[in-house]
Amino acid sequence: MNKRMTTAPAIIMLVIPCAILVAFTHYPAIMALINSFWNNASSRRPSRFAGTENYQAMLADDRLAQVLVNSTIYALGTVPLAIGLAIGMALLVNSRLPGTAFMRLSFFLPTMLPMIAVANIWLFFYAPGIGLASQILGIFGLPSINFLGQTETALGSMMFVAIWKEAGLFMIFYLAALQSVPTNLKDAAKLEGAGRIRVFIDVVLPLLRPTTIFVAVNALINAFRLVDHVVVMTEGGPNNASALLLYYIYEVTFRQRDFAYGATLTVLMVVLLGILAVIQFWLLNRKAHYQ
Amino acid sequence: MNRGLTKLMLSILTAVFAAVWALPFIYSVWTAFHDERYAANFKWDAPWIFDNFVEAWHAAPFAMYFANTLILITIVLVANLILCTLVAYAFVRYKFRWAGFLFALIMVQLLISPEILIVENYLILSRIGLTNTIIGIALPYLTSAFGIFLLRQTFLSVPKSLDEAAQIEGASTWRILWNIYVPLAWPVYLAYSLVSVSFHWNNFLWPLIVTNSPEVRPLTVGLSVFATVDSGVEWSLVNAATLMTTAPLIIAFIIFQRQFVANFMRAGIK
Amino acid sequence: MTFCINKAISFSAAALMGVSATALSAEDLEFYFPVGVNAPAVATIQELTDEWAAMNPQHTVSAIYSGNYEETTTKALTAANAGDAPQVAVLLSIDLFTLIEEDVILPISDIATSAEDKEWMAGFYPAFMKDGQFEGKTYAIPFQRSTPVFYYNKDAFRAAGLDPESPPTTWKEMIEVGKALTLKDANGNVTQWGTRIPTLGLGGAWLFGGLVVSMDDVLTTETGIEARMDTPATVASLEFLLELANEGVMAPGGNSWGDTPKAFLEGQTASIWTSTGNLAFIEKNAEFDWGVGFLPGGNGPGAPIGGGNFYIFQDTTEGEREAALDFIKFMTSPASAARWSIATGYVAPRPDTWETPEMQAYVERLPQALVALEQLPFAEREFATFQRAKVTQYLVDAIESVVTGNAEPAGALRKAQEGADSVLSEYK
Repeated sequence: MNKRMTTAPAIIMLVIPCAILVAFTHYPAIMALINSFWNNASSRRPSRFAGTENYQAMLADDRLAQVLVNSTIYALGTVPLAIGLAIGMALLVNSRLPGTAFMRLSFFLPTMLPMIAVANIWLFFYAPGIGLASQILGIFGLPSINFLGQTETALGSMMFVAIWKEAGLFMIFYLAALQSVPTNLKDAAKLEGAGRIRVFIDVVLPLLRPTTIFVAVNALINAFRLVDHVVVMTEGGPNNASALLLYYIYEVTFRQRDFAYGATLTVLMVVLLGILAVIQFWLLNRKAHYQ
Repeated sequence: MNRGLTKLMLSILTAVFAAVWALPFIYSVWTAFHDERYAANFKWDAPWIFDNFVEAWHAAPFAMYFANTLILITIVLVANLILCTLVAYAFVRYKFRWAGFLFALIMVQLLISPEILIVENYLILSRIGLTNTIIGIALPYLTSAFGIFLLRQTFLSVPKSLDEAAQIEGASTWRILWNIYVPLAWPVYLAYSLVSVSFHWNNFLWPLIVTNSPEVRPLTVGLSVFATVDSGVEWSLVNAATLMTTAPLIIAFIIFQRQFVANFMRAGIK
Repeated sequence: MTFCINKAISFSAAALMGVSATALSAEDLEFYFPVGVNAPAVATIQELTDEWAAMNPQHTVSAIYSGNYEETTTKALTAANAGDAPQVAVLLSIDLFTLIEEDVILPISDIATSAEDKEWMAGFYPAFMKDGQFEGKTYAIPFQRSTPVFYYNKDAFRAAGLDPESPPTTWKEMIEVGKALTLKDANGNVTQWGTRIPTLGLGGAWLFGGLVVSMDDVLTTETGIEARMDTPATVASLEFLLELANEGVMAPGGNSWGDTPKAFLEGQTASIWTSTGNLAFIEKNAEFDWGVGFLPGGNGPGAPIGGGNFYIFQDTTEGEREAALDFIKFMTSPASAARWSIATGYVAPRPDTWETPEMQAYVERLPQALVALEQLPFAEREFATFQRAKVTQYLVDAIESVVTGNAEPAGALRKAQEGADSVLSEYK
């Protein structure tokens, strides 16, 4: 814009805020890398250089293998489902059906609650035999399911909790997008004789793409960032069936007090997220290109 | 005729869907307002009581937790508003060679949020002696990449003519920022504030490891501490505590539903 | 109500025990304590602390509620590492080795050296004192100890034609009795299980320890470097858990610790194995006739013990140590311990506590409270080693993998033993 401005204000405006950000984002990432090559200090001996010991331990860690599988399933499961439900909810709330205010409240409320509150509520809901889920199953004559006590259902139960919390938020973004769809486009399509579903698929859905990208990125970030429910509901169990990567990092570092291995796992996580970012970026660029 | 029937069926299905979706929450409310013995038993005539809330309130220092959360979100919000405005403004008004690079560097925080680097961030806090303090919880979040992103978008859409006119009249950089850019971005500030408050009110893992005493603990951690005890969990108490700690957000939402939704939408579109 | 009487008793008891304000220097004590039960524990601790402060006006003591056990330990360690340690704290008995390794506590036996002191230390239940000892020194004084017991629904027993006054005492009896107690509805779904033993997480590992003790073995020893995870006793214990599920006596899959008392109260299970700390909760909410018995054992009775001990920190002056010791003596005195035990359900750590009028009244009203005490001679320490959290996780994984049907007992335990050995090898 205007280059007549002195650089002094620019530096003031940039340096301090960016310094804080770098101090807690980029600097720790580098420190994690450095620390992953040392082992733990205790009061009896200082830490010593351990070379690739921690990484070797990481490769031999079968709990980690389970954790990575879990995180992948979790991400691949929650993102599309949350998006699908969000679109559906947005369509319903945007329609002229009665009671849209109640619908909106019901769908969006979980988003306002902290995950920790959501976790406590669902812990109670999932309790075998005495929780509401089991009681409902009982009404239909079905046996109660031990949602959190079986390796087959633990991860899925966690995923459902996350989707329950998130879908409402994404619904809002889709609502905004739906309401900004130019009506003349829809009208034009209808004039040409297209049915409601056709209109939706051919006109509305493509216009939702930017929102979908935004929502998908958000959902993906949350899938890695948000593990509060694992901490409260299952502690990663049973037998690591519901352990996610960030939860594993928390457990190793703050419960088992193994900071060196925690740093190593952090490096792994940053690398994984970096790869994901690159893939997303590449996909986005391709899509933009063809538009 | 067919249309009407479809619409009716759809209405019913939707109502059922919305009700089922709200079920866990309704269950929680039921448990919180009834005696423990009705927690898992649904009886129409079970008396509604307030005792659980009173007991929960006295069982843990929730007043302190509330205060801590309020202090925390205020610190973060004020810092965000100021710092992100400055950075966004600098990006918009100054052209320097590595602007693109710096911006990309900042956007990394969107993906690698402070919780991801929880191990190292905790060590940093520990080294500067700020563990178990509220400012320590807030520190990694003082500059928000999301805020910078939003504000930069908004500032970019401010008409150049306004800016140039002000410069001709001899206004300083700060003047222009305060009198032109900030007022025009008002709705975005509001939207961002809601997102920020909501995020930090609900943040759990980072405050969990940073704090270890009730004096600095925020609500989320307080609730978790309260709910994990040696002996069996008292559901009605835990649910009462849960509702108590989330009540402000819920009530605010119900009152300001329209604005909330509109602002979240705005945060999304931009 | 009984506060004045309590005050009088505690004053006289303290005088009897020779605990008096003899320390000459004025000390400021910081006392970290956890709360692990749904009880007015914080208020009670505050009252007790205030009483001691009133008796010792030259000292000040601030009782700092630090959350649950894990948090209190973290807080204490963090503070100690920052050079700002408290003088005294109640921490888990199983944290002994961690605290020793971090070099933050000192042996109380080094401070309590007079003949009087030694007599006082001998007045605690040996079972509770044992797990505070390392290499011949006593590092911890028992305060809030607990042990699991067998709670059972007497009405359910009657309905099944069983004698409500004789709960099962052996594993075989448990299965037989359990089968009779399991009820199903018209659809074939179980409405009441015979029993419920928590098997998930650290709670599950705790109860598992009891099973192992009843098979004449222990999971860990006082050296802190030995984890006996792959023994005939552990294999037999896991097989017992599997048998309970296979015989339809217990729900298959993992059972969580937190929901267990509630499941009992709702009649979803006719008996549960859980901490004596739940006595108050069950007494308040049970709508049926209930009793308490020993945990059914393999070769005889056996149980684990858990809970918290008093520790004194290293970074303290001579005067602070004396004051801290005095404080501990007061808090564990019969009157204080009685109040604490009645309020929370923890087992009082000294025999003479049971002689106090309050405890006798309590026991008369609630005879179930005595069972934990009677089971004590058959109880052993909870799982504890150096790097406890890491090593325990191997055990937890093994138990969870077996009860969820993902592994066989022998293989799972062997794997756990390997993991534990690899961690503990550097301490040997």
